[in-house]
Amino acid sequence: MIDKIFSSMDEAVADISDGSTIMFPGFGNTGIPRNLMAALLTQGAKNLIGISNGSGGRDDRIDIGVLVRARQFKKLVMAFTASPHPSRATIFNELYEAEEIEAELVTQGTMAERIRAAGAGIGAFYTPASVGTELAEGKEHRMIDGKEYVLEYPFHADYAFIRATRADTWGNLQFTLAQRNFNPIMAMAAKTTIVEVEEDILEAGAIDPDHVHTAGIFVDRIVKIPEDGIWDSVPQR
Amino acid sequence: MTEKTPLNRRQMAARVAQEFREGWLVNLGIGIPTLCSNFAKEVIFHSENGVIGYGPQVAEGEENINMVNAGGQHVSLLPGGSIVHHADAFAIIRAGYLDVSVLGSYEVAENGDFANWKTAGRKGGGIGGAMDLAVGAKQVFIIMEHTTRDGKPRLLKEVALPATARGVVKLLMTNLGLFDVTPGGFALREIAPGYSPEDVQAVTEAELLISPDLIQISGTG
Repeated sequence: MIDKIFSSMDEAVADISDGSTIMFPGFGNTGIPRNLMAALLTQGAKNLIGISNGSGGRDDRIDIGVLVRARQFKKLVMAFTASPHPSRATIFNELYEAEEIEAELVTQGTMAERIRAAGAGIGAFYTPASVGTELAEGKEHRMIDGKEYVLEYPFHADYAFIRATRADTWGNLQFTLAQRNFNPIMAMAAKTTIVEVEEDILEAGAIDPDHVHTAGIFVDRIVKIPEDGIWDSVPQR
Repeated sequence: MTEKTPLNRRQMAARVAQEFREGWLVNLGIGIPTLCSNFAKEVIFHSENGVIGYGPQVAEGEENINMVNAGGQHVSLLPGGSIVHHADAFAIIRAGYLDVSVLGSYEVAENGDFANWKTAGRKGGGIGGAMDLAVGAKQVFIIMEHTTRDGKPRLLKEVALPATARGVVKLLMTNLGLFDVTPGGFALREIAPGYSPEDVQAVTEAELLISPDLIQISGTG
């Protein structure tokens, strides 16, 4: 019987070894797998490579910034390696300025497509984004139908941490509104995909197959967020 | 004679929003561009996180934690709105479905290059999706202050900071005027109240073309 349920966040991240590459979705305050991140903080794996839109750390809640502060990353791949203003510098910005963490800066659409390519079996692709900029320097260029493109390669990962609203025992997932963001493409791109789920896990068949956002075949481990887990809330203005 | 009155942020956003046409798919960057949503009628707003058809920011206490736009603001989703994942949100951008991308910038050059992701003397940068938006949208509009805080020009012959994209800016709104970016350079089409074209040229590095139909910008917003 197919059953991907793990009893705790700690158990679901226990085997992550030093040096692993992990994908972290989330955009704004939504779709962030905060419970799995908290478990990874406790688990303590080091020299990790993280793939994430930003570096978090803007408030005191658990996000990727907390893992950065704990020095668990060797390198981050991101669309933002500087804060919009020095007054809003995060722990990542401080460590990066001090050259205590590495980073690769990628424009967000290329980041998304490189993740998607990994999950789709694509060897590389040409994109017009970044042509004529520092980010395209040293990369292969090609003119296609009179337009210039730059070659980009996929981002593969050992693990993806995913936050979903609903799951069944087969790992079929549903997201709510903007919670979706990077979650579906990261779920497809990693060797092992671990999902934290807000609602009680359903029996297989309980989710209408036409309304599955991420098919269970991409999901390896599912953990229900406990009552005393980390729940999303709207920050105070 | 009218006192020299640079436009404020709302006025700049309101004037740019007047350029939008009914049914356009529009992406607004963080900062002043976001304010365009207060003035635009009957367009569809697209956000990098895959939200299509978002509405105004919702009142405190009525936010949906799972509903944010690219600026992280809690907004509503209008009837007819839809959600796609991040890669599809950028497929929309690169494939030219956006009628306009409105972005902020540090510098714009007379050939349509612009630079908005990295400032001098700082390690790293904040690109977000700017390089995708800049090459993918049918049109790129920029809204920015005409000069730096130190009064240095930002409308340049060539960008000095690292470029975001080359030759893509079509329209530029500053607190001193509205400019078309033409093959001949910046063409001043509308001007802030009380300013002469000479006043604007004096704080501009690039040589301005002055529209024969130059008018004063009406201070809406």
